Amino acid sequence: MFALHTLQVYWWFLVSVIGALFVFMTFVQGGQTLPYTLGKNEEERDLLVNSLGRKWELSFTMLVMFGGALFAAFPLFYAVSFGGAYYLWMAILFCFIIQAVAYEYRKKPDNLYGERFYEILLYINGSLGIFLIGVALGTLYSGGNFVVNEEHLSHWTKATYGLEALLNPFNVAFGLMLVFLARIQGALYFMNNIGETTIVQRAKSVVKTHFIMFLILFLFVASYILFSTGLVYDPKTGVVSVEKMKLLHSLLSMPFLLLLFAAGVLTLLYGIYIALVKNNKKAIWFTGAGTILTVTILMLILGINNSVFYPSLADIQSSLTIQNASGSQYTLTVMSYVSLLVPVVAAYIFFVWRSMDKKELTIEEIEADPHHY
Amino acid sequence: MEHAASLIDWSRAQFALTALYHWLFVPLTLGLTFIVAIMETIYVKTGDEKWKQITKYWMGLLAINFAIGLATGIIMEFEFGTNWSNYSWIVGDIFGAPLAIEGLMAFFMESTFFAVMFFGWNRVSKKMHLLSTWLVAIGSNLSALWILVANGWMQHPVGMHFNPDTARNEMENFWDVFLNPNAVSKFLHTVSSGYVLASLFVLGISAWYLLKKRDIQFAKRSMIVAASFGLLSSFYLLTTGDESAHQVALKQPMKLAAMEGLYDGEQRAGIVAFGVLDPDKKIADGKEPFLFSFEIPGALSFLGYHNLNAFVPGIDDLVKGNEKHNIMSVSQKMELGKKAVAALSAYRNYKKQNDMLHAQEALETFRKYEKYLGYGYLKKPEDAVPNVALSFYSFHTMVGLGTWFIVLFLITLYFAMTNEIEKKRWLLYLALFTIPLGYVAQEAGWIVAEAGRQPWAIQDLLPVGMAASNVASTSVMITFWLFAVLFTGLLFAEVKIMLKQIKIGPEGH
Repeated sequence: MFALHTLQVYWWFLVSVIGALFVFMTFVQGGQTLPYTLGKNEEERDLLVNSLGRKWELSFTMLVMFGGALFAAFPLFYAVSFGGAYYLWMAILFCFIIQAVAYEYRKKPDNLYGERFYEILLYINGSLGIFLIGVALGTLYSGGNFVVNEEHLSHWTKATYGLEALLNPFNVAFGLMLVFLARIQGALYFMNNIGETTIVQRAKSVVKTHFIMFLILFLFVASYILFSTGLVYDPKTGVVSVEKMKLLHSLLSMPFLLLLFAAGVLTLLYGIYIALVKNNKKAIWFTGAGTILTVTILMLILGINNSVFYPSLADIQSSLTIQNASGSQYTLTVMSYVSLLVPVVAAYIFFVWRSMDKKELTIEEIEADPHHY
Repeated sequence: MEHAASLIDWSRAQFALTALYHWLFVPLTLGLTFIVAIMETIYVKTGDEKWKQITKYWMGLLAINFAIGLATGIIMEFEFGTNWSNYSWIVGDIFGAPLAIEGLMAFFMESTFFAVMFFGWNRVSKKMHLLSTWLVAIGSNLSALWILVANGWMQHPVGMHFNPDTARNEMENFWDVFLNPNAVSKFLHTVSSGYVLASLFVLGISAWYLLKKRDIQFAKRSMIVAASFGLLSSFYLLTTGDESAHQVALKQPMKLAAMEGLYDGEQRAGIVAFGVLDPDKKIADGKEPFLFSFEIPGALSFLGYHNLNAFVPGIDDLVKGNEKHNIMSVSQKMELGKKAVAALSAYRNYKKQNDMLHAQEALETFRKYEKYLGYGYLKKPEDAVPNVALSFYSFHTMVGLGTWFIVLFLITLYFAMTNEIEKKRWLLYLALFTIPLGYVAQEAGWIVAEAGRQPWAIQDLLPVGMAASNVASTSVMITFWLFAVLFTGLLFAEVKIMLKQIKIGPEGH
């Protein structure tokens, strides 16, 4: 059996990777906000929606997986955050419930509310949904208003149940950053997936206009994360205390991670560069890899090096760490064996993605398929 | 940490609402994915384009249903956190695992190959497409497997121990959780019920085409597949239902008593084939529970214990105790449970004061009464009894309808084989009107399983009152109504789209 601490770190790493993969997959959501920007007529909009329609389930599943992994590996976080920041998470869930039906029902005759209605649902999911997810992820750094008692049962101290997170500028910036990233990624995905030059050109100009805003938000968010005062716990006693620039110290003390973080940011920037300057259709693979790497590292450092991954604003000693929030050694061991399936899943996703995306999608193909979204 | 009654009620109402809505869509997916996989296999084997058209048509209806199934499903997973956060901590170490495994093993498979199944006709080879269709079917059924392992554990918790330091249950043996007899029978019973529902769905819609005298060949072919698949599944459903009832008798005697409205336990206990409960009946008031009833003698003893002479305890026996049959009363269990609660809190206090000697003593006391811990949180003995009328009527509705489905499959298959089905218009109408009954039976089954387990979130271990999140009941009330409006709105759209697609018919595909 592995040591409990090793398992906790391993699972925090996995949760970080799944979170990062979800952030990458939000190109689907970003794309959902673009049909009217990139498509000038009905055929073009159908093409855009259908291009995303082949991928949306994967992004949805990634979110479900993120929740499932957190539940199995860090049940106290599941209890404290979901059960406490109730309105915030519920609002997120509502934004995702509407996504699933929107694709399937949009083009169907007799769909009761009309095509526009379902397009609005897609838009809400792609904008508000991603913004709120960003706000919720932001609270991992900025904290939540919860108290955990000695039986590990918890309650929220604000009657706004999580909506108060919207008042914190960092959380808001985090949410907006994800929205801009998702839209950039969505545009890059279209550039990769769609075989209509006019749409590709319009997608490119979205990348151009959004890039500066994204960069500003990213710099603000990253510097807040690295330079602000963080919390640290004593692994022997579990007592939590304050440390200035905690996450920066963590990163500096692990140069390997610092290197990966830098590589992630640079890869992302390189992807945008080749999209804008070289018209490279493969840009999304670079921005994607960069996003996954950067987000993984930013989340990973929250859980390791005795850092607190969910600070409590109401009672600092209630803060969650991978040590006090995790499942038992036995469960984490079982789940670690289960995680051996990950490469298998990744392999078939890769295989299917490649065989389905061999040819670019065109208006003719969509219109020829009576099942199209 | 006890919660206000209104909070518990709203939390339960919301969970029931979302679960019942979710379950309107899941069973059809479970079965229809297999039915289209069978149809596509026939197409690939014979090369007959007509079968491809049939496959694509039913796939179209599947997609409409699948989408809303996903939409209503995501909330179920997260609700354990949002509305049952104490639960998430107290049993999350066991309960979270199957949910995560479901995501990794099943959801990715479903979602990845779903895209191939719908959009891959011209992008991948015929064989690859067929494989994808089968993988969607397997994936959706695997997802049912893991969620029913989780639910089976709620009915009969095994493979764990209580850790007094973390104040939660921790997994001790994964294989015990996975191979829990309750989970196994539940999984088999539930998925086969999905196959039956999907068969009824295909049968009923095909019957409608025959009634309208259109798409005759398509409808007949579909009917043969559906009736055969339905009949096979029904027998399976019957066997697994018997095993489920046996498990309930062994592990949840109170649920069994409520399902049968049995107050006064007896040997050679009968099953009420038909009966109306007296709404004024109270626990241990000596009154006859039924206004009138027709009973099959000995059947309950046989169903529950596979022995005609077995004693089946009634609600009165279980609440008040029965010395002769060695049944402890609920009030006794509550007393012992309170001792466990007190010992646990003493253990914690001694430990805080670093008085390890007394802490050890308190822990030993706790271990002695541990198995009654859940009862220590009940307020009065009557709380241990679920809603009898709800359990009774739901159970009997389910069983009655299940029996009717077998009869329907038998007759339809017979006339489909003798090629007389078009002329039997009465039968076609019956098949059509049985579609909604399939859904009623599905929902009734889950009401028995879940409402019959009350007051427990985890049988004998954790009452719902302890399990809920500590939020304001008005917050839950607000989200309840939001769900009610949203899901109802989506359901209307779904039904309308589905009806339109049926009217358009297979020619449009």
